[in-house]
Amino acid sequence: MITLGHYLVVSGMLFALGLAGVIARRNILIIYMCLEMMLSAANLALVGFSRFHLVNGLPDYTAQSLVFFTITVAAAEVAVGLAIIVALFRSKQSVETEVITKLQG
Amino acid sequence: MRLPPLALARIIGLPVCFLTWGVLHQPRPSFIIRIPTFPRMPPLLFYLLAAITLGFGLMVITARNPVTSALSLASCFVGLAALFVSLDAYFIGTIQILVYAGAVMVLFLFIIMLLDIKAEEGKQPNLAAIVSGVVVAVLLVTQIMTVVGHTKLAEQTPQNTPLVLNKETTFEIAKFGGPALPTITKDIEAGTLPDAKLIGFTLFNQYGFHIQVVGLLLLVGTVGVVVLSKREKTPGGAA
Repeated sequence: MITLGHYLVVSGMLFALGLAGVIARRNILIIYMCLEMMLSAANLALVGFSRFHLVNGLPDYTAQSLVFFTITVAAAEVAVGLAIIVALFRSKQSVETEVITKLQG
Repeated sequence: MRLPPLALARIIGLPVCFLTWGVLHQPRPSFIIRIPTFPRMPPLLFYLLAAITLGFGLMVITARNPVTSALSLASCFVGLAALFVSLDAYFIGTIQILVYAGAVMVLFLFIIMLLDIKAEEGKQPNLAAIVSGVVVAVLLVTQIMTVVGHTKLAEQTPQNTPLVLNKETTFEIAKFGGPALPTITKDIEAGTLPDAKLIGFTLFNQYGFHIQVVGLLLLVGTVGVVVLSKREKTPGGAA
């Protein structure tokens, strides 16, 4: 029997994978992919709660509207972030986080 | 010789899509009231989809080659979209495929191709960062599993919270927000869930202003990307 808890645990594990990737990896592109993964994990939790919180016998579409906005914002964020990565690559010739030490003092 | 990642993604992704669609949309006899929940969704299918999502998610953070990571992420999102569909969120599942597996992944692959990023060959991974990442992830998962295990809410199943699709539902919608649209009413009375229509109804009845703000955000994002990727005119300037 699949319960809401199953979906929440899958969502949490996906989020934890993304978090581990953000902490452990040095390639900025892969850090961005992990950010996307964490956003999608949050979406899974939202859609799960939406399905199991019935409003008049229908899923709670407020949560799914929030997922819609999240996906839109994530798409815009990826576009801007990748442009920043391209600009960074132009000035540093690398996408590793270790070469960005300008603010280290 | 290892299978190239693109072929791997195709070989695994397409059958998964068709399998999910086929299992979830079995034809039912017409004399039974059609309720679009999945009382017959086998638990095995859920575990298969969760394994695809988490397995490819693990490949994203372990692969040395960025192209492998990007394609694993696409496969991960396909599994996630199938999980959305299993939760009766057809529209969200569709835009997950269209926006993430389509647009965002193409953007990532374009950048990888343009910057000509090589796999990290011969570089020692940062051991401290990896250990701390694994520790934080394990702590987080333990915490979430503990909380979920102690919550009554998490024990709900599609069986004990079924969707109610009949004439009373339609009446409730009419009372809830604005006039009931005939297209939604007909669908619900026919026993199907008009998912995209209901999301559109919610968005444009309750969140009209928010939609415009998001539209403005996309415009600002577009302008920002153009500004960021423009080269500086000065020779040798730090672009």
